[in-house]
Amino acid sequence: MSDHPLIWNPVAECLPREQLERLQLERLLQTLQLVSGNVPCYQNKFKDCGFVPGDLKSLDDIQHLPFTNKEDLRLNYPYGMFAVPMSDVVRIHSSSGTTGKPTVVGYTQQDISTWTELVARFMTAAGVTREDIVHIAFGYGLFTGAFGLHYGSEAIGASVIPISGGNTDKQIMIMQDYRSSALVCTPSYGLTIADRLEKKGIDPASLALRVGLFGAEPWSEQMRCELEKRLGIIATDNYGLSEIMGPGVAGDCLTKRGMHLAEDHFVFEIIDPDSGKVLPRGATGELVITSLTKQAFPMVRYRTRDITRINYEPCECGRTLARMEKTSGRTDDMLIIKGVNVFPTQIEEVLLQIEGCQPHYQLIVDRINNMDQLEVQVEVNEHIFFDEMKRQRQFVSEAEKRLATVLGVSAKVKLVEPSAILRHEGKASRVIDKRKK
Amino acid sequence: MKVEQISIFIENKSGRLAEVSGVLGEANVNIRALSLADTSDFGILRLIVDDSEKALNVLREGHFTVNKTEVIGVEVPDSPGGLSSILKILDNNQINVEYMYAFVERSGSNAVIIFRFDNIDQAIKVLLNNGVNILDGEKITSI
Repeated sequence: MSDHPLIWNPVAECLPREQLERLQLERLLQTLQLVSGNVPCYQNKFKDCGFVPGDLKSLDDIQHLPFTNKEDLRLNYPYGMFAVPMSDVVRIHSSSGTTGKPTVVGYTQQDISTWTELVARFMTAAGVTREDIVHIAFGYGLFTGAFGLHYGSEAIGASVIPISGGNTDKQIMIMQDYRSSALVCTPSYGLTIADRLEKKGIDPASLALRVGLFGAEPWSEQMRCELEKRLGIIATDNYGLSEIMGPGVAGDCLTKRGMHLAEDHFVFEIIDPDSGKVLPRGATGELVITSLTKQAFPMVRYRTRDITRINYEPCECGRTLARMEKTSGRTDDMLIIKGVNVFPTQIEEVLLQIEGCQPHYQLIVDRINNMDQLEVQVEVNEHIFFDEMKRQRQFVSEAEKRLATVLGVSAKVKLVEPSAILRHEGKASRVIDKRKK
Repeated sequence: MKVEQISIFIENKSGRLAEVSGVLGEANVNIRALSLADTSDFGILRLIVDDSEKALNVLREGHFTVNKTEVIGVEVPDSPGGLSSILKILDNNQINVEYMYAFVERSGSNAVIIFRFDNIDQAIKVLLNNGVNILDGEKITSI
């Protein structure tokens, strides 16, 4: 056996359920005290529903608390949700503001330690050790991804290459020369690297890469297979969002059957996104998170907009922490087309099942003559381009047929030239909805 | 005997054809023959050029999606019934034509037809057995 830990924090990650829930309740009470004392937004929310922290008798009572929405964060921009004075804040991050102002989050020294610990946990679960050379191709900056993984890697004792995003040719050169063994980036950027390797005729087996830690956007099991096959690695998923902390909220162990949730630091609920009601265990719905130990930016029942399912079955790896499924989409990415719910990830899965097809796609939704129309623009590549019109059209109609079967609504497939689909900081922008709201 | 043809995926938007010919022109690649098949969304441009390796390289660098296929060039008398005689031979021997296009030689009394077959070797055999003149690749790219 190696001397490397298989579980970063065996006590915390293998707590018996009963003990874990006791800890959660205790920490939840502290968090509620903290926010009702220091955050006017929560003072008002609690007053409006007549709640005082002392009313909370059990973990289940959390469902009587009001939600926190992205809108609350916007209204309290930039520092209104902070629960400590700025003199105690040692770091500020911010989420990409695709609409309007970004969200600003803060960390105390203690928050940074917690974050570092939680990243070290999932990186260890993915098999990263102090022997690894961790290639961080997330953009360094206000985005939490790069710094989160950076600190976690250092805690483990791995060697960090803080290369940041972009310039794929240079990334590949550094992977070759510095012998990067763990790759950290978005799954779509992982594919971009695979594409470039292929184009340059570099065999991935000639690299030292052995594991990938992919996050920051939802991706499918098919994409995992694709990444594993084309990069010759183990591809693991991890989950986090800056409003809650950043990466480290959940991460795959090597069984790759769901991401272990850091339940000793957060309470996780699954709700019906329409009614806001808590759903029974095992149901699929929107993930809602309450922080338990955060000091600078505590969140009570934050609506993540991510759709997933939580599995409480014990895991082979020995961790007792429940596992969340890969997010199947976001409630705000969910498209309702002719009354049918459609997630971009479903389309990605279909495309990946087609020989030679890569998940570079964009969805254009429009309403023509009062009828919803879904167009799936797929980037052509040399594997799916034929010189015979007959075969090219067969390819398109085959793709349309498969999409219609999986989605339950018809979609028009349009082939477009490569790179016609805009990539936004390595994150592809997937959906253009032209329908009038 | 076979001729290399390159195919290029073209999105149906203005200026794309001009960009392809621009890229090739800049690289000093000369287009000998071309055909365009199109739908409302996209087109497939097929070219015979004087240097297909170079053309493939510069087009790939220009982020075009390209493929290489083998076709043959057949000499056809440039007179009524010229094409028909060759198509009859193919038909009698159950050779399927995927597509074809023509270009006229600058001098001489013959036209050249480019054929794409499913089974190119079988097609070559049949045409040769029937006395049809198949031009070699070099001759075509240097016309």
